[in-house]
Amino acid sequence: MLKCNLSQLDNLFAAVAEAMPLYLPTQGKNGANYTKWQAGAVWSNTCNTQKGPKDLFFPQSEDLMAFKTQGKTIEIIDTRNEAEDFAVFGVRACDVKSLEILDRVFLSEPKDSYYASRREHGIIISLACNRPTENCFCGSFGIDASSPNGDVTCWLTEDALYLRGNTEKGEKFMALAAPFVTECDDTAAEAQKEKIQKIMARLPLADLKTDAFGGGKTEEFFNSPQWAKLSESCLGCGTCTFVCPTCQCYDIRDYKTNDGVVRYRCWDSCMYSEFTRMAHGNNRNSQKERFRQRFMHKLVYFPENNDGVFSCVGCGRCLAKCPISMNIVKVMKALEGEQNG
Amino acid sequence: MQTVNTQTLIERASALLQDGTVSAVLGWKRGEFDYDMTPAVFTTAEELAAGFVYNDFCGANLSKYLLKKTREIQGKILVFLKPCDTYSFNQLLTEHRIHRENAYVIGVPCSGMADIHSIRKITGEGIARVELTEGGLLVHTLYDDAPVAVSYEDAMADRCKTCKSKKHVAYDELLGEEGDVLDSHRFDEVAKLEAMTPDERFAFWQGELSRCIRCNACRDVCPACTCEKCVFDNPDSGVENKAPGGDFEEKMFHIIRAFHVAGRCTDCGECSRVCPQDIPLHLLNRKFISDINKTYGEYQAGETADQRPPLVNFTQNDPEPSDVVKGGHDHA
Amino acid sequence: MAELNETLIPVVGVITDVRIDTPDIKTFRVVTPEGKKPFDHRPGQCAMLSIPGVGEAMFSITSSPTNTEFMEFSIKKCGCVTQWLHAAEAGQMVTVRGPYGKPFPVDDVFAGHDLLFIAGGVGLAPLRSVINYCRHHRDRYGKIDIVYGSRSKEDLLDYQEIVNEWQNDENVHVHLTIDREQADWDGHVGFVPNYVKELGFDTNKVAVLCGPPIMIKFTLEGLCALGFDKTQIYTTLELRMKCGVGKCGRCNVGAKYVCKDGPVFRCDELDELPGEY
Repeated sequence: MLKCNLSQLDNLFAAVAEAMPLYLPTQGKNGANYTKWQAGAVWSNTCNTQKGPKDLFFPQSEDLMAFKTQGKTIEIIDTRNEAEDFAVFGVRACDVKSLEILDRVFLSEPKDSYYASRREHGIIISLACNRPTENCFCGSFGIDASSPNGDVTCWLTEDALYLRGNTEKGEKFMALAAPFVTECDDTAAEAQKEKIQKIMARLPLADLKTDAFGGGKTEEFFNSPQWAKLSESCLGCGTCTFVCPTCQCYDIRDYKTNDGVVRYRCWDSCMYSEFTRMAHGNNRNSQKERFRQRFMHKLVYFPENNDGVFSCVGCGRCLAKCPISMNIVKVMKALEGEQNG
Repeated sequence: MQTVNTQTLIERASALLQDGTVSAVLGWKRGEFDYDMTPAVFTTAEELAAGFVYNDFCGANLSKYLLKKTREIQGKILVFLKPCDTYSFNQLLTEHRIHRENAYVIGVPCSGMADIHSIRKITGEGIARVELTEGGLLVHTLYDDAPVAVSYEDAMADRCKTCKSKKHVAYDELLGEEGDVLDSHRFDEVAKLEAMTPDERFAFWQGELSRCIRCNACRDVCPACTCEKCVFDNPDSGVENKAPGGDFEEKMFHIIRAFHVAGRCTDCGECSRVCPQDIPLHLLNRKFISDINKTYGEYQAGETADQRPPLVNFTQNDPEPSDVVKGGHDHA
Repeated sequence: MAELNETLIPVVGVITDVRIDTPDIKTFRVVTPEGKKPFDHRPGQCAMLSIPGVGEAMFSITSSPTNTEFMEFSIKKCGCVTQWLHAAEAGQMVTVRGPYGKPFPVDDVFAGHDLLFIAGGVGLAPLRSVINYCRHHRDRYGKIDIVYGSRSKEDLLDYQEIVNEWQNDENVHVHLTIDREQADWDGHVGFVPNYVKELGFDTNKVAVLCGPPIMIKFTLEGLCALGFDKTQIYTTLELRMKCGVGKCGRCNVGAKYVCKDGPVFRCDELDELPGEY
């Protein structure tokens, strides 16, 4: 365990940023978000960032390749760049877990090379949550906010940051941090962990259960009468999917430039009416069907295909952001309530 | 604090369900916390008793739901509308978008709605409970033993701070007293934008709109956006898009939308309320309202259900807009 | 990073031949610029074709895997990409990537059995590759019956190949039908599901269905009435796709992705899925 006095933290950030791009939460007009560190940047310890670190690995919009076309001919240009190492500081336990969930999608064969490359080069420095919010329910998904995964795990106390390297990649960061840290035992970090665990236990959503859900429950929930009620006032916007750290649906599109065509991909949303539209029909014509798809995917389909792992980490962003305050917690409670009858 | 309470509304709605005047009630449903209400339809007195709520967190404008609900309902649907919501209702009537005969409108007074984001800015994250008292809000956080007192004014949504009217312009019955149209100074914000140099203004909108994630919530909630198929959702339009190919496109989306609702936007502020990225989208629309006022005379969309919007009401005396409102760089 | 294979990046293909099959279906022959088959595939698998700037779409590969010279796609004009393709001439380049999806179990389940192929309209396209594969390995299979119907004689896909090749094969029985009487047609008239019932097949075989959803529905009912079990019947699904590899998230039916768990499904497997296709 290493200790960095808070007075040294900016120096540590500066040293890391010297070696590689460093992203960390800073306050913007709409709250905290991951931004690239530059001199004078003020790290924000707010729980949680408006959007997760998903953008750094799977950007909302990214170019995939380019084409040069002339007459009947086409030339394909591989525009992929070798990614450089970068560090992401202050990632919460839920968001670390969200990347593990995205890994299951993008790193399964055939690997998505765009994501894989960023994942390979990104060093995750996680941070235990001293002040979780009322919207947090990561514990329901077996996530321990007091002890996040990641390449390096950090704990913050009033006067210091405690760091523990977990992986080889993490050691790269620890080496850069070396001038600003001292060796210490884990007493302070353990005490902080305990404090956090006590807070987690009394969060309003602490007793939200996931037992009712999981693979093999399609028949049980698909035709539930609850879907009509739950989706009744859904606007069909993409807010929940775009702020969700585990939503990964995408679209692939082309745009014409002055001298060719660029094929790019962008986030898409199963909430959108055109998502599944084909030239000759649409298999999800109503918002009820689209709404159901989103939650069935997170609570039933994804665990069915991924060893029981849910595609939700309880980060609470959909609770904070949905324009009509409908969210996965209300869905789970309604479906479960019906089951218990 | 709202002057009419939940119980009064539940009693009235239950009575109207009971005597068959209406077959359903469109209102707000209690959530997990004290502030996360969801628009919902209730069909029985029991459902109302179990979940209906009206308080300072019922900001959602229910008028747009009538688009679908008045078309599909058997009988009438009761809808509770706040003063500013009734302007949207009238505008939808003007555009023949809702079946008036299937709606039963009860006007509910509104003393301004609280915004949980404004409250968070004062109390910080981790709101365990919000008590609505005569004197203000008492916010209990997860961390501090002493609750934080927040005045209604400080808790209020920005759009309510410049409320244009406490008057209900459409209703079948009214709860509480008739209010007045207010002198809201809401165009002061537009004047600030107009006072900027073109470069400053460009930088301002660049900064705001660059946060857009194209979730389309502003469009989907907007009572003036009622196209059966939005051009931006239509794969055959050539402009269908979910995320920008370049950062220019987000601006275009919002500017095109502002043009499309110009003269029809009632300034209800829902676009800014729902924006997950906190972009003051209503300012674009308000600028159009201000320009229309200056060009064609004072006009409030939705004030009545039978007025002709100035932009579809050509007269030979109409001035050239460019003679009235100067914009952009002066190329002279 | 260039050494990292990326499935989303296609290869260039050249259309070397465009065959007009029906008023709204054309068959495109595609090779690489070097004149080779773009990649190997199994019967029933699909590929993504695109025209940069127009779009990309998934099509079943209609040529047989046993054809090592080129790939063929029979494409009905219905959307943006298909309209563009229908206007294309020989020599036009496209992009192609794949193969995607689970093929028909031609080498295990089908082996040693009598086979019954039932197709409607452009539904013959995905079956053509498996029919020709089985014809190529004729000794591995028993009797082959093919029931194929379309709106009119002009709408019958691969008509020349059917008449000149399939019908001449030993132990291959082709049963054609069209929806309405027409002057130059002396064959069967009527819808596919009814024709299947009239023909009344014995149930000791594997059946493969492909066509419009309404045809599948009634033919499936017909086969079950004849005594077929759903475990003996295969069909294919088609939903909107973008990636082809189960990541873009749009072609799922329940927990299954049509692009990677399908497009070939056994009919009893479909019963396990929610009715969202």
